[in-house]
Amino acid sequence: MKDDGTTMKPNTDETLSREDGPLPLSRRDLLRGGLYGSAGLFLSGLGAERLLGAPRARAIAPKAKSIIQIWMWGGPSHIDTFDPKPKAGHDYCGSLDNPIATNVDGVRIGELLPLTAKHADKLAILRSMTHGVNGHETASYITQTGWKAGGRVVHPGIGAVVAKFKGYEAGYEGLIPPYIVLTGPQGRFSESGFLGSRYKPFATGGDPGRPKFLVEGIAAPGITLKRQKVRRDLLDRVNTFAKRRRGDPKLAEFFRAQEQAYDLILGDAGKVFDLEQEKPELRERYGKNTFGQSCLVARRLVEKGVPYVTINYRGWDTHKQHFETMRRKLPEMDRGLSALIEDLHERGLLDSTIVWWGGEFGRTPKVLWNPPWNGGRSHFGYAFTSVVAGGGFEGGKVVGATDERGMSVVDRPIHPRDLLGTMYSLMGIDPESTLRHPQGDRIPILPPPDPEIPTKGFLREIV
Amino acid sequence: MRRILFLCGWLSLAATSVEGVAVPLPGPEGGSAEAPTLQARAPAASRSLDRAVFMFLRKRGIPHAGTCPDHVFLRRAYLDLGGRLPTLEECKRFLEDEKPGKRAALIDELLARREFADLWAMRWCDVLRVKSEFPINLWPNAVQAYYQWVWTSLRENKPYDRFVRELLTSDGSNFRVPPVNFYRALQSRDPRSIAKAVALTFMGARAEKWPKGRLDAMAMFFSRIAYKRTAEWKEEIVYFDATRPPPGEGKDEVEPIFPDGRKARIEPGRDPRAVFADWLIRKDNPWFAKALVNRVWAWLFGRGVVHEADDLRPDNPPSNPALLDALAKTFTDSGYDLHALLRAILNSRVYQQDSIPPSQEAADESLFACYPIHRLDAEILIDALCDLTGTRERYSSVIPEPFTWIPPSLGAIRIPDGSISSPTLEVFGRPPRDTGVMSERSSKVTADQRLQLLNASRTILKIERGTLLRPILRNLRRNPRRAITELYLRILSRYPDQEELRLLDGIDMKNWRARRDALVDLAWALINSAEFQFQH
Repeated sequence: MKDDGTTMKPNTDETLSREDGPLPLSRRDLLRGGLYGSAGLFLSGLGAERLLGAPRARAIAPKAKSIIQIWMWGGPSHIDTFDPKPKAGHDYCGSLDNPIATNVDGVRIGELLPLTAKHADKLAILRSMTHGVNGHETASYITQTGWKAGGRVVHPGIGAVVAKFKGYEAGYEGLIPPYIVLTGPQGRFSESGFLGSRYKPFATGGDPGRPKFLVEGIAAPGITLKRQKVRRDLLDRVNTFAKRRRGDPKLAEFFRAQEQAYDLILGDAGKVFDLEQEKPELRERYGKNTFGQSCLVARRLVEKGVPYVTINYRGWDTHKQHFETMRRKLPEMDRGLSALIEDLHERGLLDSTIVWWGGEFGRTPKVLWNPPWNGGRSHFGYAFTSVVAGGGFEGGKVVGATDERGMSVVDRPIHPRDLLGTMYSLMGIDPESTLRHPQGDRIPILPPPDPEIPTKGFLREIV
Repeated sequence: MRRILFLCGWLSLAATSVEGVAVPLPGPEGGSAEAPTLQARAPAASRSLDRAVFMFLRKRGIPHAGTCPDHVFLRRAYLDLGGRLPTLEECKRFLEDEKPGKRAALIDELLARREFADLWAMRWCDVLRVKSEFPINLWPNAVQAYYQWVWTSLRENKPYDRFVRELLTSDGSNFRVPPVNFYRALQSRDPRSIAKAVALTFMGARAEKWPKGRLDAMAMFFSRIAYKRTAEWKEEIVYFDATRPPPGEGKDEVEPIFPDGRKARIEPGRDPRAVFADWLIRKDNPWFAKALVNRVWAWLFGRGVVHEADDLRPDNPPSNPALLDALAKTFTDSGYDLHALLRAILNSRVYQQDSIPPSQEAADESLFACYPIHRLDAEILIDALCDLTGTRERYSSVIPEPFTWIPPSLGAIRIPDGSISSPTLEVFGRPPRDTGVMSERSSKVTADQRLQLLNASRTILKIERGTLLRPILRNLRRNPRRAITELYLRILSRYPDQEELRLLDGIDMKNWRARRDALVDLAWALINSAEFQFQH
């Protein structure tokens, strides 16, 4: 095994040795060069699964109950995290050119992730993610919906789709909404698309990194329990309006929602956000900062059966001061992510929980040393890395590979659609399901395979 | 002194007719019901609407609600024509006014205000998808120009046929000729997509449900639109490409046919969009006027005569065909005058009905046997909360460039750009302006919304630290009932009843903290009451 971090035998049946082509190759070159033996089949526009005669939904057994999405907002560098390229030299690696070994033979990752390295046996590292989109909005969209931006329809993201299939309409009875985001929405991405605001995530607000995590709406600063009860009585007394309109369905909906709200404010359900219930040592292990404690809250939510939790982890759009930011933020990320995996594993929750780490794209492997960037990395959608763990994904795996500089995918390209479809399958959602558009059409949750990016379809090799 | 006297008088009246509950059921045509205040005879157009509804109900033996009291009408009219609550002074002035015809006078006054254009521009911009960013991508400069044009058209009460004609037939720069943005505010620009948007926007029709071929034939009218860039950033010229042969004569082209099946003759050099617009705005067009009046009705009542309000088709008939016809006739007879249409509706007895159904069967909101209650729209609710408390909400565009700054005086209703928003607006169902379909706006009530208002720090701070309570607190100890009255007028636009006047009895008024908390709690309760959150 060589030490460059990419030598792990890719777990595909169509292994491509790196000697097969001079580097770097663009996606198009790969396509033209016919490096994919069956490219013609893929180009026919039909799903590979179809052609192989296997019904895709049934092939992957549903094992996951929840997804924790660690959304690396802005696009994290792939080569400084999970796809290191130490041989590419200073122009590519900057000061981070010393990847470290993990607890899986031959798999090396970025030097700032020593804690995560101890749990590589639980991770599947997807080094060949690609969509070719370099704008934040459009890349966020394709990464989380599978669809290319710009069509007539605005598709919902995976969180909203899961909320639709695993939420209240599917018998979910939790008081905590089925789709939670810690702590604010993504902004650049309409999570719910045409499903509308009902399927938007519940944004907690507040800051779990503070001594007391005040979830916006569930805990009000300065209002005692006694006063909450006084208020509730008063609210009932002034509601003569509703008393005169008994039986009105809209008012019934209003009071149902109010009951649910009060169950969260006054009942036990809201306690899921009370981190004081955790041991101080465990809180410490996650890192006493917003991200670390968000990971802890995510675990608590999953424990309560919430099917989809997004942690919006900001600050990865490092056009400038890239390496300074990596040195500051990666240790924090390393701590939170490793603690989450470890904690889920220890509690036996990892088997039923998918942890999905990734952003909308990677970052340019070649460092921009010139002003005004002075050592920054720009957007890069041609090749990037996502990491998944648990919920039916096999650990200790690396899927796909990029070239020696992390510029292009040389093995087993993975389109966001492939990853999303695999996660849907693991969640027991048929990836061929459709949703009703407000204008009446039935819209599939995933697009057909993109003929421009021929891939091997869903990630059967690691489930 | 006069106010107090009046208050007493009103209260004695209220004992029998609070919200019209005790008003006797009107007979046929509702002739026997007396409004709590005198009312001038409604104009003929309004009576035609009343006839359509009340005849319909009488035939089916369904009773309808009585006329709503003044304070209910006052709140309804302010919300529908200006998107805001009446101020304390406006409440008093109207409720104490004893002149006959004061409701009609108020309608005229509200139609003439700038706030009317603010609110209705917001509604139109929902339909026209006025938004900078994904997936519409009008871009900020064009959004501003387009919004200003829509706003000014409403302010001037531009006849609707002219408004639509300008939208459909203009040529020029998206910055300088704002209505051309109609052809840019689309997710895709092929003729079929354009025709679909035209059908949805001006015909209230879902072209995807049409028989095969109709859309293709209609799309030909929009097959000669061209776009070109200029040197200026995001400027684009939209124009009729006269160099191409008339539609239908190009290779593989179908003949242009109007959606009603009539064939079109388009001379060489003539803009096919103009030919289509001429057909569309004719008085006998089966879609044009009905689509508009149904939209307007839905904006006012929370439900169209046809429901969904922008889905007119033979197999989705109006709940009351005579009503839709009467509305359309009113509109075309007025020369497509939006003010005249609104005047007719708001002066009608149908609109001025109480919202308490007189019987089980009258509760069916599609019958309009009473005024159907509906939750306040996101923007209206949030602006009302901000206005009441003298506070502001923070709005931002999801895209940091170009830099967006919203002056603090600008409420949510007046935000031109659908890309500029706040988490609260989203929670309360503001439409994303992606498709222009009316159901994009959600009027559902969710637990998340209830949490926001019951318990979110943002709301609590607005109430505790805003300007609402400060002046009231000053006199609270001396005269708690007056404080209650003022809170009720400001928040619910009505006087409290006898029982409500006693809500602060039992509070230790000598204790500063206790009386302050009690007042805060009362304001909080009124804001959280269904009476505040619903339009009724």
